[in-house]
Amino acid sequence: MEQKLQEQNTNDNLLSTITSKEGGSSASVLLDYLKCASVGVKIDNIKRSFGDNYVLRGLALDIQPGETVVILGKSGSGKSVLMRHIIGLECPDAGHIYVAGEDINNPDFKKNHVIAMVFQSSALFNSLSVSENVALYLREHKIFADESELKQIVSSALDIVGLRDKDDVMPSQLSGGMKRRVAAARALVMNPDIILFDEPTAGLDPMMTRTMGDLICDLKNKVEITQIIVTHDIDLAFYVADRIAILNEGRILEVGTPEQIRASVNSATIDFIKPQFE
Amino acid sequence: MGFFRITGGLLGLLMETLYWCKASFSNSDKVFAQLYIIGNQTLPVGALIALFSGGVLALQAGPTLAQFGLEENVGGLVGLSLVKEIGPIMASILIAGRVGSAMTAELASMSVYEEIDALKTMDINPVRYLVMPRFIAMVLALPILVIYMDVIGWFGGGIVSVVNPEVHLSFDVYYRNLSELVDFTAVMNGLIKAMFFGIIISIVCCYVGLKTKGGPREIGSSVTKAVVMSFVLVLVSDYYITRILLFLNLD
Repeated sequence: MEQKLQEQNTNDNLLSTITSKEGGSSASVLLDYLKCASVGVKIDNIKRSFGDNYVLRGLALDIQPGETVVILGKSGSGKSVLMRHIIGLECPDAGHIYVAGEDINNPDFKKNHVIAMVFQSSALFNSLSVSENVALYLREHKIFADESELKQIVSSALDIVGLRDKDDVMPSQLSGGMKRRVAAARALVMNPDIILFDEPTAGLDPMMTRTMGDLICDLKNKVEITQIIVTHDIDLAFYVADRIAILNEGRILEVGTPEQIRASVNSATIDFIKPQFE
Repeated sequence: MGFFRITGGLLGLLMETLYWCKASFSNSDKVFAQLYIIGNQTLPVGALIALFSGGVLALQAGPTLAQFGLEENVGGLVGLSLVKEIGPIMASILIAGRVGSAMTAELASMSVYEEIDALKTMDINPVRYLVMPRFIAMVLALPILVIYMDVIGWFGGGIVSVVNPEVHLSFDVYYRNLSELVDFTAVMNGLIKAMFFGIIISIVCCYVGLKTKGGPREIGSSVTKAVVMSFVLVLVSDYYITRILLFLNLD
């Protein structure tokens, strides 16, 4: 109950914290640190099958620098598989994915670009505290020689996601929504060119869903970072997206702005976005 | 086909782990953390097992030797059995059961809940970050555990030899015979075996853990698989390591 109330307070504070850059809030430390290059992504006709199961069947999509694209699709349509391809965890059977014109399977790609992902399961390390989880990338890659500078960035990231007071807490003591926000903070400190969100609101209550939506919008407006979100949460998609892509049977069925998608005459798109209960 | 895939996977992981051992000094904190876990989980149980194993060796062998008037050799028999075979095997089984199983469960759970994927997305090599510290800690800890269990086992054998009326040796006689027969080569023999067993257990348990896919049920079956595979490989390799040591005149 106490945790719920804290989450509610956080929800109210989130926007004011992130927007108080001029006010000298610790959130501004991270916003200054994030020097986003705003890169574009080109998904060029990728195909992928697992045995006889053809998951991606020639999927093509262009994402502009700084754009927030939501990929909508029903369960099992290949959304998460697509994300795993974009971040390089899976290799396509055919086709290529380019980030800023560079093939992501190029051996030198990771030297030039950082792609961060917020996993559906949050994927926090249970043996590390919240702040250690967020600091992991910075520590392992020795980004800061000065530990105090590192701690400043970490607390700034936790401030942005509204969890500054939870830095010493272990992930097992956090709610699902809090874990998702810690995962977002961990992705932010990587100073990524692109952030991928895999079902960011799955299993969250409406308050937490709104918080995640606000965080994505703030990253879009304040940092102008390229974001790709896969979800089947229609409300979130229309709230955060610059463009929405409808994924159906391993192909992009339709791409457009939220208004264009709402006005779509494609029956599959209409079926997908229409209210569930009327 | 599965046999070749697993053997190839184990050898591949071993090679990659040996490669990443170059980063062991910069990751010494993780190695020490693993050493602490291994010590914490095995020392009390190891002492108990070793005490009673040494005792039962003296209990079984003592009266038989006494029938032929050879009871003075109990010390040597207990000492050599422990350092060459029983110590390394018991310590390996203890480590595989208590530490190896926990290692597999932890890595399997990390695989299932996408934590390994998260490491990869952060460009952190899972073998360097997770396997190498466990590998080094186990290769270092197992020989130390063997020495610790040997000494306690000798002590257990000594107590039974003194207390058991069918043997009834003085501790001096027991210890003298033990120190005459147990030489540096015999101790090293056991420690070399322990080191190899440490390599086998750590690589098998980490490999099975990292390859786990599915859900909680698969985590459980991975643990069983890793422990059984470790036991079998330790016992089979024991025979071949002994053959090699005999061939090299080290046994």
